[in-house]
Amino acid sequence: MRNTKVVTLEEAIRRSGLKDGMTISFHHHFRGGDKVVNLVVDKLAEMGFKGLHLAASSLSDVHAPLIGHIRNGVITKISTSGLRGELANEISHALMEEPVVFRSHGGRGSAIASGELHIDVAFLGASSCDALGNASGCPRSENAKSICGSLGYALPDAQYADHVVVVTDDLVAYPNVPKSISACQVESVVVVDSVGDSSKISSGAIRDSKNPRDILLAKQAAKVIINSGYFTDGFSIQTGTGGASLAAVKYIRESMIEKGIKASFALGGITAHMVKLHEEGLIGRLVDVQSFDKVAAESIASDQLHQEVSAIEYASADHEGSAVHALDIVILSALEVDVDFNVNVLVGSDGIIRGAIGGHPDTAEDSALSIIVCPLLRGRIPCVVPKVTTLITPGAGVDVVVTEYGIAVNPRRPEIAERLKEAGLPVTDIRDLAAKATSIIGVPDALPFGDKVVGIVMDRHGKVLDKIRNIED
Amino acid sequence: MMFVPGNNPGMMADAHIYGPDSIMLDLEDSVTMAEKDAARLLVYNALKSIDYGTTEMVVRINPLNTPYGKKDVEAVVKAGVDVIRMPKTETADEVRELEAEILKVETEIGRVGETRIMAAIESALGIRNAFEIASASTRMMGIALGAEDYTANLKTQRTPGGAELLLARETIVVAARAAGIACFDTVYSNLDDMDTFRKEVELIKTLGFDGKSIINPRQIEVVNEVFAPSQKDIEKALRITAAIKEAQQRGSGVIAVNGKMVDRPVVIRAERTIALAIASGILSKEEAL
Repeated sequence: MRNTKVVTLEEAIRRSGLKDGMTISFHHHFRGGDKVVNLVVDKLAEMGFKGLHLAASSLSDVHAPLIGHIRNGVITKISTSGLRGELANEISHALMEEPVVFRSHGGRGSAIASGELHIDVAFLGASSCDALGNASGCPRSENAKSICGSLGYALPDAQYADHVVVVTDDLVAYPNVPKSISACQVESVVVVDSVGDSSKISSGAIRDSKNPRDILLAKQAAKVIINSGYFTDGFSIQTGTGGASLAAVKYIRESMIEKGIKASFALGGITAHMVKLHEEGLIGRLVDVQSFDKVAAESIASDQLHQEVSAIEYASADHEGSAVHALDIVILSALEVDVDFNVNVLVGSDGIIRGAIGGHPDTAEDSALSIIVCPLLRGRIPCVVPKVTTLITPGAGVDVVVTEYGIAVNPRRPEIAERLKEAGLPVTDIRDLAAKATSIIGVPDALPFGDKVVGIVMDRHGKVLDKIRNIED
Repeated sequence: MMFVPGNNPGMMADAHIYGPDSIMLDLEDSVTMAEKDAARLLVYNALKSIDYGTTEMVVRINPLNTPYGKKDVEAVVKAGVDVIRMPKTETADEVRELEAEILKVETEIGRVGETRIMAAIESALGIRNAFEIASASTRMMGIALGAEDYTANLKTQRTPGGAELLLARETIVVAARAAGIACFDTVYSNLDDMDTFRKEVELIKTLGFDGKSIINPRQIEVVNEVFAPSQKDIEKALRITAAIKEAQQRGSGVIAVNGKMVDRPVVIRAERTIALAIASGILSKEEAL
């Protein structure tokens, strides 16, 4: 083939014009199985780059090798939606000089589009790609190894980065259609043995939670939705992937069938549960920024009504056409909720970063009804607290908090409280829930935070929302 | 009645949120010898400090002939438990022995007569003595079948149909009714087989049991569904109780509903239907008034 863009990784980096101090970016569609970040950063270290800004859509346990590259000065700044595992632990203990910048998915999309987050070189893993750079998260040959479905979080990078390198483990015949990333956005294509560990990219099938607390929370969340006033024909919905969120879908489904109600679309991270409802005709369309499991990835590859959206199309505050503006109901989880309905999904009650912002503030703010499902207690840790450790989603966007000890409704939404009370649901004051947690567990000791800022939380409009300080042992 | 191990603080702390009618904190079989003292302390503190609301609290103690039994009685009576469940009960004398122990502690703390007794019958001898056990004390509130020990004692094992338990179950229901107390069926421990569990609950309801012992919150829904009376039955029961009230106000001894005379068994059944509807969460106490 003429004009092929296929080169080695080293050559691709050389051609990109990358220099010390520049910004490189990655997506996290391969989740815990991702090999692209470590592979590329190892190569950059080998080539002698220093002082790079790593801007990923998210990072997880598998990225622990970055600790070494931070220590040796290859990476000096990180922007991400989340951090987990050893890397998160080290960063919480002041590994980096410069604080990590945390953004929501919508916030990252907006920041890339506005130029606030300028990407010099994007390294975007793809499940399939042709020699000109038409890339997809779907399988297009028998050799497909690492399938992730939607590439929604990579699309802003592909669109706005100065230079785009697609990294794939399945080079397919031109043209690779339908494509997620266009050849016109891509400068180089790198073929490697593997971009991801498929067993860790996604789970295989629907797993129903057997945890009785999850089931209880799910049933209550479903009852909240059904009686909220928003459960009408044509409603739209987004759910998280936690056990309670997934189980809630099951109970909502039963009620949809019983009442003859259908949803117009489901948004966000799409799971096998949502695919099932779509295939049963209960959900018209699936709007997919991230395919959470194998079933969802297979569905997006074959179903016209299951469509990929970019992070910008999904959740940008700046773009009026983004899907969250049309979203009716969202079910979200939380590490902590406070008495002002503020939510923390990023920093654990031990002061260590252990999560991801994701689309939490985006969907909470723009949906018509946001429901936080959160146990009152996790072991000896209270989850409804006087004040969140770190502010991620401001309470102004949070409508209902469902716990196993009762349901709290934001005083800004008295009409919802009224509807839930009429339905016989245990509506209670969020301050009473916090007091209940304290009565069972007591008041935890204050966390030993230091003076160094290790993380900055940006809100989805580009303003600093909170700062995370280092934790001392 | 939901079984909760007495050495698991997490489960003890929130067992009531799933809405069982009663919670049985276990100091016996789910606690190893090495943990008996720690579990007793935990159960004592759980009863003292956790707000279980209106859930009836039961503690299964160790047998009195073990080094732990009497200490268990002392701790849980002092903590204000509603019911003590005595395991492996074989004779009426054992009930009376427990009663004496309870009275001793109650007298010490000035709370005489508050603690009730449930006896678990788990052997062939216990089944032979079921009525004597059930009527051994005014504190007796119920008897329960413990099927694992019972089938081992019979030299058989549990089967999905439960043929091996039929005599024991019927004997316990008859003994309880003759003594005027409640009766509870044994646990079903395969959580992955909800269909067989449901069939078993249907069977024991038909036999006349008041309730089922369960080991996981997921089983509550099935028990409530099976025991829940139909809307038609509830309405009929409410009409009967309303007619009784009206008749009492009129000072009339004869009660008729829809032109039919209502006799005593019908009244009793109506009252039970209403009690079950309340327990199943279909009817509120206010609606039943």
